[in-house]
Amino acid sequence: MNANTSWQVFGVVIEHDAAGVKPVSLEMINAARKLADQISATVVAFYLCRDDGGGDDGNATATQRRQLAAEEKVADALIQNGADEVRFLTHPDLNIYIHENYSFALMRQLEKSRADYLFLPATNNGKELSAVLSAKLGVGVATDCVALSVSGDGDVAAVRPVFAGKALATVRFRGKTPHILTLRPNIFRGTDPAAAVPRRGEIFREDVALPEFSHQAQRLVKKAASQLDITEARIVVAGGLGMQSPANFKLLEELAEVLGAAVGASRPVVDNGWREYSNQVGQTGRTVSPDLYIACGISGSVQHLAGMSSSRCIVAINTDAHAAIFSVADYGIVGDVIKVVPALTHEFRKVLAA
Amino acid sequence: MKIIVCVKQVLDTAATIQIENGAVVSPGSSRIINPYDEFAIEEAVRIKEKNAAAEITILSLGPEGFNDAIKKALAMGADKAVHLLDRKFDGLDSYAAAKILQRYIASVPHDLILCGKQAVDVDMAQTGAMLATFLGIPFVTVATRIEFAADFQNAKITRQVEGGSEVRELPLPLLVTCQKGLNEPRLPSLKGIMAAKKKAVLTLSAADLGVDDGDINIADNRIVQENISLPAPRKKGRILAANEAAEEKVAAELVQILRDEEKII
Ligand SMILES: Cc1cc2nc3c(=O)[nH]c(=O)nc-3n(C[C@H](O)[C@H](O)[C@H](O)COP(=O)(O)OP(=O)(O)OC[C@H]3O[C@@H](n4cnc5c(N)ncnc54)[C@H](O)[C@@H]3O)c2cc1C
Ligand SMILES: Nc1ncnc2c1ncn2[C@@H]1O[C@H](COP(=O)(O)O)[C@@H](O)[C@H]1O
Repeated sequence: MNANTSWQVFGVVIEHDAAGVKPVSLEMINAARKLADQISATVVAFYLCRDDGGGDDGNATATQRRQLAAEEKVADALIQNGADEVRFLTHPDLNIYIHENYSFALMRQLEKSRADYLFLPATNNGKELSAVLSAKLGVGVATDCVALSVSGDGDVAAVRPVFAGKALATVRFRGKTPHILTLRPNIFRGTDPAAAVPRRGEIFREDVALPEFSHQAQRLVKKAASQLDITEARIVVAGGLGMQSPANFKLLEELAEVLGAAVGASRPVVDNGWREYSNQVGQTGRTVSPDLYIACGISGSVQHLAGMSSSRCIVAINTDAHAAIFSVADYGIVGDVIKVVPALTHEFRKVLAA
Repeated sequence: MKIIVCVKQVLDTAATIQIENGAVVSPGSSRIINPYDEFAIEEAVRIKEKNAAAEITILSLGPEGFNDAIKKALAMGADKAVHLLDRKFDGLDSYAAAKILQRYIASVPHDLILCGKQAVDVDMAQTGAMLATFLGIPFVTVATRIEFAADFQNAKITRQVEGGSEVRELPLPLLVTCQKGLNEPRLPSLKGIMAAKKKAVLTLSAADLGVDDGDINIADNRIVQENISLPAPRKKGRILAANEAAEEKVAAELVQILRDEEKII
């Protein structure tokens, strides 16, 4: 599509919350960098946030300094992971994600600075924002991409799972730019930038004007406390009906705590009310791709496998040696979860403490 | 209160699939209502149970076979259906499909539009938000709870985000995409199935909708599928010592593998 432009621009929209830049955002920078290195391209990170600098609390300079220090730290992390430019777009109402405000600010930015491809995280917010931008700009979007490649003339092809990963579609874009891609968390992790040569990049700051609606949209939002989400966790410990009772999920929580993991569940476990629906893994639940998925007392139905079979390493614990879950497991333990899980917890604790 | 529910028919989630001539096939598998669209239909029916003035229209864009899904939606309690049916609609991407859904919806009164959060075949999760943007109305995606003010002019909606949830309050007209947790979809009753037979299904073609070919030509898709394949099968796994009462030993072995060989922990 862009055969006659020699210098491509890969825009990356950074998702962040109270805990800082989300790991998936660094993954996106990594992914864009890898593509950019194969052709002549610039990676530009867009960081939307509140500008506390001019606060009128009588303490402006101290707040300003804190804000700048925080931004510098963010910018450095993005640059070390591969960004050439970091653009802070600031407005008091951009302190949290609201699609109306974010899409407005990004639209304005994209009118001024070109992007050929725009990367967003395949989170609930990222997928919402990609749809709005696509509809407003009249451009194509591919969600939940798990592999990317770029041709010599700068065309990006993306692989995205369809039918919850039962098949993989390779897609290309046509028509107006920026072409939008949302990237699945946990797939594009790069090497530790600390090990590499320090990179340099440019930092820009810009206040953006938002229309009337922005403040109202803001006021009405209430966010519940953050907990590790199964789609973002590096390790997921999941339980099925083989756990036998909601009380036994305590065993999985203990294992998860030792591993810094999130607890997932099969559908009947959720339908029984033993776990929250946000824990459900599978075709009609969430799709996860952690480094390690430990399936405890899960039979491995087609629908469950669809949601987790792209995990890097799968461990299954099941009393039934013929359970379908063993067909996708890298390591299988034929045994009783009630005995095996505490033994694992004990062993991990021992090894991790050492 | 006019409610429109966008319903897509998809391949049964239990289906195993194959690839033939660049397309997904699953011989012998049945088709179902997209599971997330069932939450949308159920929610609409529950709203109608509280607000007798509500009228529910099922809106579906797809081939002849979508009839089964439409009938089931009517049997669950929707009042009527509109089937956007035309060969020209085959193979459209989400953007184009949302444009056509918009064309119909913009021509009729609408207070609440419900979609699924995602169609479990293409897995795009884009159509709802695109449709609302084209219509120029507010929307909330991935909703797990919808509460209305007494006059049904405003709604308070809980949506799922990674690691938690958030609540937004918005005026109607409004579009919401539905997530699991919202409700438990009912099975159609025998009475519902009988009643559905008498409910009107309006079929509209591209010409009826007044969409010119440029708008809906698959050649105008912004996303082009170049290839489709099955994922590589996973390597055969290793079963660790399965003999009885050896939990500690197996656990130690696994932990050692995950640390030294897999380097995960
Ligand atoms: C439209 C549709 C959508 C669906 N979507 C999903 C989805 O998104 N996610 C999903 O998970 N399912 C989904 N399902 C359900 C799916 O078909 C299966 O019913 C479900 O995955 C089975 O859950 P399970 O493995 O926990 O239970 P079971 O199939 O009952 O398996 C329990 C397993 O535990 C083992 N076990 C029992 N006791 C022990 C013990 N003491 N120690 C170790 N192992 C033990 C048994 O051997 C068995 O293998 C869907 C179904 C439909 C129709
Ligand atoms: N062809 C269609 N007809 C009616 N509704 C659709 C169609 N395609 C998508 N939708 C709606 O949009 C939602 C999300 O679909 P998608 O963006 O394709 O994942 C679905 O759950 C439906 O509510």
